[in-house]
Amino acid sequence: MKFLAYLRSLAARFFHRSQTENDMEEELRSHIQHRADDLEHSGLARAAAERRARIEFGGHQRFKEECYEALGGTFIETLVQDVRFSLRVLRKSPGFTVVAILTLALAIGANAVVFGVLNGLILRPLNVPQSESLYGTEYGDGSGWQSYLNYRDLRDRNRSFDGLAAWNFAFVALDTGNHPFRASGFAVTGNYFDVLRIQPYLGRFFRNQDEHGPNSAPYLVLSYGYWHSRFQDDRGVVGRVVRLNKHPFTIIGVAPPGFRGTLLFVSPDFFMPIVNQDESVMNTRGRNDAVFEAFGHLRPGVTPAQAIADVNAVGADLRKTYPKEFGQKSCSLSPVGLSAFGRPVRAFVAGLMLLAGLILLAACANLGSLFAAHASDRSREVALRLALGSSRSRILRQLLTEAVVISLAGGAVGLLGSVALLGRLSMWQPFPRAPIHVPVTPDATVYAVALGLALVSGFLFGIVPVRQVLRTDPYLIVKAGPSGRFGRRISVRDALLVLQIAICAVLVTSSMVAVRGLARSLYDNFGFEPRNTMLVNVNLGMAGYSGATLPDMQKRMIGAMETIPGVERVGLVNNYPPLVYAAGSRVNVFKDETRDLSQSNAAAMPFRYDVSPGYFGAAQTSLLAGRDFTWHDDNPAPRVAVVNRAFADKLLGSETNAVGKYYRMWDGTRVQVVGVVEDGKYLSLTEDRQPAMFLPFLQSPSSQVYLVARSRRDPQELAAAIRSRLRELDAGLPLETGTWNSLLDVVRFPSRVATVSLGVLGMMGAMLSITGIFGMAAYSVSRRLKELGIRLALGAQRHEVLQAALGRAFKLLALGSAAGLILGMLASQVLASIVYQATPRDPLVLAGVVLAMLLLGLMATWIPAQRALSIDPVRLLREE
Amino acid sequence: MPGQAQLLPGTLDLLILKAVSLGPLHGYGILLRIGQISERALVIEQGALYPALFRLVRQGLLKASWGTSENNRRAKFYELTALGRKRLREETDGWNRLAAAIASALAAEPEGI
Repeated sequence: MKFLAYLRSLAARFFHRSQTENDMEEELRSHIQHRADDLEHSGLARAAAERRARIEFGGHQRFKEECYEALGGTFIETLVQDVRFSLRVLRKSPGFTVVAILTLALAIGANAVVFGVLNGLILRPLNVPQSESLYGTEYGDGSGWQSYLNYRDLRDRNRSFDGLAAWNFAFVALDTGNHPFRASGFAVTGNYFDVLRIQPYLGRFFRNQDEHGPNSAPYLVLSYGYWHSRFQDDRGVVGRVVRLNKHPFTIIGVAPPGFRGTLLFVSPDFFMPIVNQDESVMNTRGRNDAVFEAFGHLRPGVTPAQAIADVNAVGADLRKTYPKEFGQKSCSLSPVGLSAFGRPVRAFVAGLMLLAGLILLAACANLGSLFAAHASDRSREVALRLALGSSRSRILRQLLTEAVVISLAGGAVGLLGSVALLGRLSMWQPFPRAPIHVPVTPDATVYAVALGLALVSGFLFGIVPVRQVLRTDPYLIVKAGPSGRFGRRISVRDALLVLQIAICAVLVTSSMVAVRGLARSLYDNFGFEPRNTMLVNVNLGMAGYSGATLPDMQKRMIGAMETIPGVERVGLVNNYPPLVYAAGSRVNVFKDETRDLSQSNAAAMPFRYDVSPGYFGAAQTSLLAGRDFTWHDDNPAPRVAVVNRAFADKLLGSETNAVGKYYRMWDGTRVQVVGVVEDGKYLSLTEDRQPAMFLPFLQSPSSQVYLVARSRRDPQELAAAIRSRLRELDAGLPLETGTWNSLLDVVRFPSRVATVSLGVLGMMGAMLSITGIFGMAAYSVSRRLKELGIRLALGAQRHEVLQAALGRAFKLLALGSAAGLILGMLASQVLASIVYQATPRDPLVLAGVVLAMLLLGLMATWIPAQRALSIDPVRLLREE
Repeated sequence: MPGQAQLLPGTLDLLILKAVSLGPLHGYGILLRIGQISERALVIEQGALYPALFRLVRQGLLKASWGTSENNRRAKFYELTALGRKRLREETDGWNRLAAAIASALAAEPEGI
């Protein structure tokens, strides 16, 4: 009850503040009048009596405030009062306010965006029930892949999972009646939806009992998004028969709206049973491309560590049983969602968060020194208020309120910007043909974090002027005006400026290192020449070819393409060419003399490519020794291989005498090396020198191939010509064309994202240092206008004036930049792991940073310098 | 000043309640009444009275209304509420007990122990 009454009185006074205030004022006045009446009766003149009465009453303002306190609810009231006062003060200095709000908006916006990404990719679990106990397998070599048979054994033998499901990518030609188009989805095990514990939106899901061996379950489940965009929310879609790579499949259901598969940044179009994958893929224990990830709920009471031990025990057992085929390293578990991409994504986002935090810190340092300057300009006002009986804590509270008002305004603006940016980011499709989707829609957590950051930074830069206010001696200041002690000793402001410049230099250094690395990676030697090269992806499996018809058809396609005018060389590579979609397969190989072909005896794990005669010419991979393949290197012929230099060095001694030597494949087959080619990049731009071997494609045919055509013709024209020529062979061929260079976008993507984000952060750092130096220099000039005027009047030279006005700013700039440069070089060691060829020990980067900081300094001090030089001593002295 | 005593903390509220219990008074009147009933032995800083008054009103011990004073000026008059009367009785009893205890303690002779 008491509390309610308190609230009511609080509310009453909150809304009728002025009435309470008038009431109180009138009562106090009435008291003084009564006292004056009495004094007048005792013989004083009225004026003297009133004066005496006022003195006797004591600190009017103080008692009024005490009265307010006695009324209760002062916290909120004082707050309202302070906020009002702050708004008035801020309105009086719009420049300061706008700069402060913008600075914070940028810093908090950057943090909100990075945190949004962190939240979407790392913190927010998959949108399925009990996602916290859902774990996926991740292998020591960083790949997710494993073979289907291994998965099945793992599923049946493990004792840690409550059902183990698995999925793989599925790229197909989907024909709903009139025309086939490409679609990408997941091939999933029958228990996939049951393990995830989700229910269909429409129809039903396929289940374990639908699977009866290879190609037994021709069912299709659509994702909600695909059903919405491709089938226009048609509820009659369930039961419809469509053609998948020319085979009939029945659509049996639609997945719920919030479910986008089990890889966070990919949104599959459909889900099909994994048993419909190619039989050879499914039935070979050595084929690690059958399952991308196996996952399941941990049983209650089983810890991840126990589960890892369990899974590895099964793996060790399998290795003993199948020493030749089992090529898996040890396994660990990670929460489902990012799979094998988890580690780099987490490292990168954490790094970004750190840099964004630095930006915020720099912004706080910047605002702190701005606030300190602002407060010292107001020292007279503060002194007056102290003299009039206001308490120091009351003044500090007001200054802090001002800081928080600014930080909240800045935070709000920054948050608005970041929400817009995150919205754009979640619509973003970096690769037109890949179903990439970045789930970073901001939620309550992002808002809360932005608000928290705003408040914390408000307090951070708000407390900078505290010491200054506490030291204020009202008597001295009111008498003498603001002291001229500025610039004598190292102040908090100087330290803040150095800190801020150092942070900015770190950011500028890292962004330059990243940009240089990217620039180099665009012109590096990949072991092939991606320019003037067209890639044609043909999946003959989609067109109904199989077995022996494959090589014949592929041979005819090569022949047909060679007749196109302007095409210089044509080659073919099975699966994916180097660096395309970051896809590659590796196998174990053994030295010729090795007899025990178990995993531990493997001499190397080279990348494997199956290529046609002429591939090296089309790719412009130089042959260092030996010969290229011929059309006679086919199946009955002896097994031969072309290896790269790294392979030759590792297995065969050296490249010169490698030709003619033998080595053994994973299954013991002896292979003779007939040629050696240069090294290259195969999986990622940042990889070290890797061994690779090239085998004749006629000895291991595949339905999914890339044709490589070298030509100087315009890519679009060429693509059209290739299409029409190949359709002459078979009108139903599913073709996909693109220049090799454009397909490298995928492998360049991480370093590009890193470079763009670092570039943006670096720019923000640069802007912050400009405003920081500008603020400091402008302030120092304005404080010393009088002194500078006198110097000019006494005949000082321009450079002397400039030195007096700005020398200190430049000294601090140099100090901060040097510190930042060193720190930045240390930080760039981390960068080198993400951005290809990012090295901080690059003279160009060093020079660039020094030049950039110098330019920033010049830009920031230009206006204050002009002001210092244009002082008219006569006018200035007269005005004083 | 000789003959004048500093107020003990917490006694101002009691004095105000006592002063007002003799009839409604405005702030300055309360001050005068306290001076009068304490025979000028107790001084109160004039402004310090008001925070105490506001506090007592908030606690529901006093109620206030605007009226006209004997000087023909507008003034706010305070009077006791029922709760205030009860509190005055309690506090007076408490104070008397305390004062008696302190007085007897101070009057104790060495041989009395």
